[in-house]
Amino acid sequence: MYAFNYHRPDSLEAAIGLLRTCEDGLFLAGGQTLLQSLRQRLAQPSDLIDLGALPELSGIRREGDQLVIGAMTRHAEVAASDLVRQSIPALAALAAGIGDAQVRNMGTLGGSIANNDPAADYPAGVLGLGATVVTSERELAADEFFTGMFETALEPGELIREVRFPIPRRAGYVKFAQPASRYALVGVMVAESAAGVRVAVTGAGPCVFRVPAMEQALAQDFQPQALDGIEVPADELNDDLHASAEYRAHLVGVLARRAVKAALAGL
Amino acid sequence: MNATVIGKPIKRREDERFLRGQGRYVDDLRFPGETHAYFLRSPHAHARIRSIDTSAALAAPGVLAVFTGEDLKADNVGSLPCGWLITDVNGEPMKEPPHPPLAQGKVRYVGDHVAVVIAESYLQAKDAAELIEVDYEELPAVTETARALAPDAPKVHDEFADNCCYVWEIGDKAATDTAFERAKHITRLELVNNRLIPNAIEPRAAIALYSPGEDRYTLYTTSQNPHVIRLLMCAFVLGLPEHKVRVVAPDVGGGFGSKIFHYAEEAVLTWASRKVGRPIRWTAERSEAFLSDAHGRDHVTTAELALDEQGQFLGMRVRTTANLGAYLSTFSTCVPTILYATLLAGQYKTPHIHCQVTGVFTHTAPVDAYRGAGRPEATYVVERLVEQAARELGLSPSEIRRRNFIPKEAFPYSTPVGLTYDTGDYEATLNRAEELADVAGFAQRRQEAAKRGKLRGLGYATYIEACGLAPSQIAGSLGARAGLYESGEVRLHPTGKVTVFTGSHSHGQGHETTFAQVVADRLGVPIEDVEIVHGDTDRVPFGMGTYGSRSIAVGGAALMKALDKIIDKSKKIAAHMLEAAEADIEFDNGVFRVVGTDRQVTIGEVAFAAYVPHNYPLEEIEPGLNETAFYDPSNFTYPAGSYICEVEIDPETGKVEIASFTAVDDFGNVINPMIVEGQVHGGLAQGIGQALLENCVYDPDSGQLVTGSYMDYTMPRADDLPSFQIDMHGTPCTHNPLGVKGCGAAGAIGAPAAVMNAVLDALRPLGVTHLDMPATPHRVWQAIQQAKQQQAA
Repeated sequence: MYAFNYHRPDSLEAAIGLLRTCEDGLFLAGGQTLLQSLRQRLAQPSDLIDLGALPELSGIRREGDQLVIGAMTRHAEVAASDLVRQSIPALAALAAGIGDAQVRNMGTLGGSIANNDPAADYPAGVLGLGATVVTSERELAADEFFTGMFETALEPGELIREVRFPIPRRAGYVKFAQPASRYALVGVMVAESAAGVRVAVTGAGPCVFRVPAMEQALAQDFQPQALDGIEVPADELNDDLHASAEYRAHLVGVLARRAVKAALAGL
Repeated sequence: MNATVIGKPIKRREDERFLRGQGRYVDDLRFPGETHAYFLRSPHAHARIRSIDTSAALAAPGVLAVFTGEDLKADNVGSLPCGWLITDVNGEPMKEPPHPPLAQGKVRYVGDHVAVVIAESYLQAKDAAELIEVDYEELPAVTETARALAPDAPKVHDEFADNCCYVWEIGDKAATDTAFERAKHITRLELVNNRLIPNAIEPRAAIALYSPGEDRYTLYTTSQNPHVIRLLMCAFVLGLPEHKVRVVAPDVGGGFGSKIFHYAEEAVLTWASRKVGRPIRWTAERSEAFLSDAHGRDHVTTAELALDEQGQFLGMRVRTTANLGAYLSTFSTCVPTILYATLLAGQYKTPHIHCQVTGVFTHTAPVDAYRGAGRPEATYVVERLVEQAARELGLSPSEIRRRNFIPKEAFPYSTPVGLTYDTGDYEATLNRAEELADVAGFAQRRQEAAKRGKLRGLGYATYIEACGLAPSQIAGSLGARAGLYESGEVRLHPTGKVTVFTGSHSHGQGHETTFAQVVADRLGVPIEDVEIVHGDTDRVPFGMGTYGSRSIAVGGAALMKALDKIIDKSKKIAAHMLEAAEADIEFDNGVFRVVGTDRQVTIGEVAFAAYVPHNYPLEEIEPGLNETAFYDPSNFTYPAGSYICEVEIDPETGKVEIASFTAVDDFGNVINPMIVEGQVHGGLAQGIGQALLENCVYDPDSGQLVTGSYMDYTMPRADDLPSFQIDMHGTPCTHNPLGVKGCGAAGAIGAPAAVMNAVLDALRPLGVTHLDMPATPHRVWQAIQQAKQQQAA
């Protein structure tokens, strides 16, 4: 780790203002990816602006038919929240399955989606549930938020405030862990709501993506077998030490069926 | 014997301090004025070093010194030695390239040591290392075992014709070939024994100090054998007088073999401590451990088994290529030869065996002993072959083994590959394992699993191990450059308390408990009165250390010898005190008694008399009660066991789950069954890890270590493992005083084949007949797809 200046502002405005004045500053949320990069000397920011003291960024609340989760809410809080477990149990289960206990106690929703790791769980949750990302500047639909591998629509200096999840009729998230890291080798979120069915896949490609063919089939018949015969092309999927693109494509089908089953079971 | 101590599951005395965070590991030690070292390592698998410019690093804040290979060369620092000479089939000695502690002229693997920076703080050293300008001329590299001898493979050492270190063989080739000609059936397998990275919980660390007033060095290091490190470093690398060097291996957090070897960092730190004039500390980062700890296994093998119509083994032929890495680590050369091919008889009376091993250099980290060291590789070959043969002949895995076991009345039994097994009862352990594993109920469990869409499989491995290293005479005749005895010293203090010094080293095994049980039992004193000291060349007379499950069999035996001397002398003292003839003194449970009378003295009273010799036969006996012994075993010990693994596979994802694992071991007599069970648990975890999870991968093009962190190298976790079913059935070793055999490596030896045989049993109905370790979900799924395609074609 190289030396850097550390700041812990107590307001959103101060945080954004600090970043503007720094030479090469970075926001620090839960730090579960950033601190590792620093320790491995893969990043050398001049300043870290810790968002841990901004009360407006955390908390979980229900607003009408939406579940609103503050950007700095830790995974463990989401996993344990009665509100989340009652309104979107699949989201609580997703959070409970991220990393290990230490990661869940530090890692945050906003940090995870801002980083947009191709194997992270939350992008599938946000995209699959059709959530809206509220930033310091604007509101972004999940479909426009995730733009590529480790890339999002966030502009420099733009901070995520909260994520608004429409509460679905039913949803299920199932992931298959990469054996070593236990990140999602493939993870699939399936959600059915009045607006239709959404299927979002993480881990398999360079960025979380939806599978329209599956969504259409499930809209007709929300049953696992409705997905039989629907294949995800392997061409653009990740191919690495742990899984070929073909295996990942196959797992998308398997896990989507299991996610439907989980949704039907109300898990 | 005192039945209250030996064989009892006494809680580990050392755990008290470990669990309270009061252990003293190398990194916990602090010395006034200490400095910090950072090793600059090669980013390339193979490159010529055109030049190294250290001037900017030297000028960086806090930097005290920067040294490169040229500095060591100028000071006549020698090469890291290899402790075992293997002779090639052509009668020539193996190729032995120099292994400079800091690279000279070339780097030969990613992680090879290029320079060391010594600074006031670790971060200053690390920052300065980034300022060292190394001009590398990158060269092509070869990392794959099977490619090392290809005609176009880049050479690791320019002075040799190719990458072959040796071709070595054992067994009667002609007789074996004849057996194959007579065979009714031949089973043949191509096997890869996957390369592993050890990953002890404590990374390697060292602190070196030089005391100018005494002209004396002290090296604290994470070692399994501090005396061996001192010997190798003094005699071969630094040319220091041994009596001027103290090596201490304090609490050490796991070794699994990887901390046996003398590493570059130890020599460089010791050498530099005098140059810098201040203590120097270094603790490996986990990433460095991945790159630079000696790796394990890495064999490519063709194996054949010849059988007659009844399934009797007629002969076995094995050809193995073993990756030695870029340089020869301390015991690297004997692991895939002496410790491997001699085990190919397994538990079977196979009459003819021939094995040829080619040791090759590659542009990878050195490969050396890792839990089991050669024996897991041998067991994997034998047990995969046996189970495959059973399938091909339509015999059950149990039946084919029973037809070929060495019967218990045949011991001592000499194998065609150089060993003489002293005892064993292989049918008994198999019977018990089959009972515990409920083999009879397997068919029903398989059916039930099928209803849930799962594939269930059962696999066996009946392993043999040769441990208790080693009879020095035999080892010497096979190329060992050192003896393999052990030392022990027992000191009774005037108050009857006991300090025991052992040349074994505990880095998790629990010697402070087990050895104390042995001593307390023999002397008849409370275990609380016995302290075990190990790991310090200034306190312990000598030691060959701990590896190859040798501690209790060799180190324990040395203590027994020393205890015999204590008791012999004590009898003389007691005879004097009791005014009786020595021949009339008997010793039992801490008390010397005149036979047939109630006249007695306790061992504590004897000790007091020995140290306060006011009324003492000084002309006949020396005062004091302190005895040392060296024990050199007359044979190896031969633990054996039957392992049965049951797996369940999800055919949709390829994920293998261990449904149950049964291990019935013959460790001879057991001193502390709880500690032994713990050793079995750990071994099984590592064996299952090798079978399902762990795999070291270098990129074949760049030579970069792909699995360089826990993001990509899969260590077994608790939830990967079932609750093990463990039992023991001991046939005591016949040639050591405790009748013990050793238990440290067993699980890692037997588990891989049992797991893979179970996986293949589960997949066989789908047409899958072969799979290499690790059986990851991806590989299993691919094997299923390939079998489907083959069946469709």
